[in-house]
Amino acid sequence: MANTQSMCTSFMGELMTATHNFGTAPIRAATTADTFKAALYLTSATVNASTTAYSSTNEVTGTGYTAGGVTVTNATAPIATNSSATAGVAYWTPSASITYTTVTLSTAFDAVLIYNSSQSNKAVSVHTFGSQTITAGTFTLTMPSNTTTAALLRLSTT
Amino acid sequence: MIVTTTKGEMDDSLLEKKEGVVDNDNENTTWVEYWLDGELVHRSVHVTLKKPTTYTVAEAASIA
Repeated sequence: MANTQSMCTSFMGELMTATHNFGTAPIRAATTADTFKAALYLTSATVNASTTAYSSTNEVTGTGYTAGGVTVTNATAPIATNSSATAGVAYWTPSASITYTTVTLSTAFDAVLIYNSSQSNKAVSVHTFGSQTITAGTFTLTMPSNTTTAALLRLSTT
Repeated sequence: MIVTTTKGEMDDSLLEKKEGVVDNDNENTTWVEYWLDGELVHRSVHVTLKKPTTYTVAEAASIA
């Protein structure tokens, strides 16, 4: 046997479920999962790694679209999978497609912000795609498979 | 098939249909458009995200 320096894979998974707190944490009203939402942003927006929370600035507007976007289906808890003494992945993927039904979004958009509407709309991740418009139609974002290599959100050590 | 359009519900036999696919490392996207007399009256898009957002966590620091 030998000891190996590493960040523990279980810790990464527990980060996704707010188990650890090294600073000052918000008071949680319940132990259930937070509500996450998905908002679409125009190509003229600047949402990226520096985004800290949802903002309506440069969010899409149009018939059938409500500011703030739609709720993300979250029926599958984060998973942490260890692969070696030094490597592991914690990952999570929405459990259903994100769908904006019967909308007209005439100004081009190319990004979706996933954010935590239970925790002051704090930002989680930004995902980009080719520029799109929608006319009296449906915009669907289908999620990748929820695996160690393809999940939408992954925390990993290598 | 009935299609929701800017003119209301219409039978697709009355419309010109255009479809397309974009496939790259980041996404697989399919789109469908319906046109009526040169006017776009319906456009739907289906994006499948391929590229996960990965945060590679630094190793725990050595205690010298």
